Amino acid sequence: MALLQLERISAQYPGAAEPVLSDISLSLGPQQLLVALGPSGSGKTSLLNLIAGFVSPSAGRITLDGVPVQGPGAERGVVFQDDALLPWQDVLANVAFGLELAGVPRAQREQKAREMLALVDLADFAERRIWQLSGGQKQRVGLARALAADPRVLLMDEPFGALDAFTREQMQELLLQVWQRTAKPVFLITHDIEEAVFLATDLILLAPNPGRVVERLHLDFGQRYAAGESARSIKSDPRFIETREHVLARVFSQRREFA
Amino acid sequence: MSSLELPVTAKPTVAAPRVRRTLSTRWISGLTLASLLLLWWLVTAAEWIEPLFLPSPEAVLSKAWVLLTQGYMDSTLWQHLGASLSRIGLALGAAILTAIPIGIAIGHNRIARGILDPLIEFYRPIPPLAYLPLIVIWCGIGELSKVLLIYLAIFAPIAIATATGVRTVDPAKLRAAQSLGASKAQLIRHVILPSALPDILTGVRIGLGVGWSTLVAAELIAATSGLGFMVQSAAQFLVTDVVVLGILVIALIAFALEMGLRALQRKLVPWHGQSH
Repeated sequence: MALLQLERISAQYPGAAEPVLSDISLSLGPQQLLVALGPSGSGKTSLLNLIAGFVSPSAGRITLDGVPVQGPGAERGVVFQDDALLPWQDVLANVAFGLELAGVPRAQREQKAREMLALVDLADFAERRIWQLSGGQKQRVGLARALAADPRVLLMDEPFGALDAFTREQMQELLLQVWQRTAKPVFLITHDIEEAVFLATDLILLAPNPGRVVERLHLDFGQRYAAGESARSIKSDPRFIETREHVLARVFSQRREFA
Repeated sequence: MSSLELPVTAKPTVAAPRVRRTLSTRWISGLTLASLLLLWWLVTAAEWIEPLFLPSPEAVLSKAWVLLTQGYMDSTLWQHLGASLSRIGLALGAAILTAIPIGIAIGHNRIARGILDPLIEFYRPIPPLAYLPLIVIWCGIGELSKVLLIYLAIFAPIAIATATGVRTVDPAKLRAAQSLGASKAQLIRHVILPSALPDILTGVRIGLGVGWSTLVAAELIAATSGLGFMVQSAAQFLVTDVVVLGILVIALIAFALEMGLRALQRKLVPWHGQSH
């Protein structure tokens, strides 16, 4: 099974005095949903860009199943904050795009794309144009597109950040269902504390200047949802509230430090 | 209750003027054209202006029939039109085939931009008619020199528009395609080219406008067929009705080209201008 490893990663923009990320080590394996939580400027997006291969680290090593990560590749699927779908293709072609790039014949890739659309509850939207979709639907197409290429890990860059609160909760639940069914390791970044606590099996808290890990938590709320418990009952569980408040306190203590 | 009913009763009165207003804009345009034609007919029918300066609409129409059936200067109107259209068609085809790849290279590659950008920016501001004499010296007054001139006039707008389109491709879309395993060639084919297509089509529209005026001007100077030649030789013999007819046909073609390209743009890039 897939194992993504980051060993003592640092990143620095050319010309910048301070590194964006310093000495980050983490690993992501099967059954894991790793959430990186942090305020803006803590290097969340930089961390995801490093793993995706869009930028290279200034120090350290990133490996996937022991193979060093060099540049972007289909084995690390990415879901973007602003969907990044291609408007000249319809929904089905967007989802099948990764398979088209890989040279999979049309009938086969469209069948796979329809399966993925069904997985994200968009089975009837295959022939729609992208601009006819709502924000939440676009994010689901983005998720289906990343999954259709059958990546070994799934990277999500604040995927629900631009959605309204109601849609965001639906999407979080959908993500947990998809994660459960596909058994893909997921790395997700967010600035929403409740989202982070609800989804994560492993939560890392990042602090800015330079970006670094200040706390690691092992949580099970997402697994409880996947096991059948309702989201409302989990989120009103005293343990959930306690964890959320603990994380909130940590984030605020960071703020005071830098105020 | 009354506040609930109000919008219902108000709706038709709001909707009706809007429909009338969209109609009336076209009506105004139609009315303008009609009154212009009427004025033309009036001043010629009343013989306020000599036919030598402005022939009547009927004279122009009947001349059009003569030109279509018998021709003028050894060719019918169709042949003049065909000569002009085939010149611009050839030049446009060649320009599209060369300017789009070069525009992509300029937008995509630093070295290509360094080499080609100054060349294009050097000749682009020169009015094509200014270098027509040089082209005539090099290539003679055959078809080649006219097609080459129009080609050069169309090439620059398409290449520049393509380069702009390539440079403004959404980086998130490029990254998305890369993380789905796209190679460099696949990026160009599946992301960069479709992204730049609205700009390319705008470049083609501008290029065709420039090309058409250049073509007619070139035919005025050095040609033995074509709409520009027809107008020019008719003017030398003071055959004013042919001159007026030629000008009208030239305007109609330009209008048709513009409308055709707008329709093509709507068909090829329906996502352009959508809130995406």
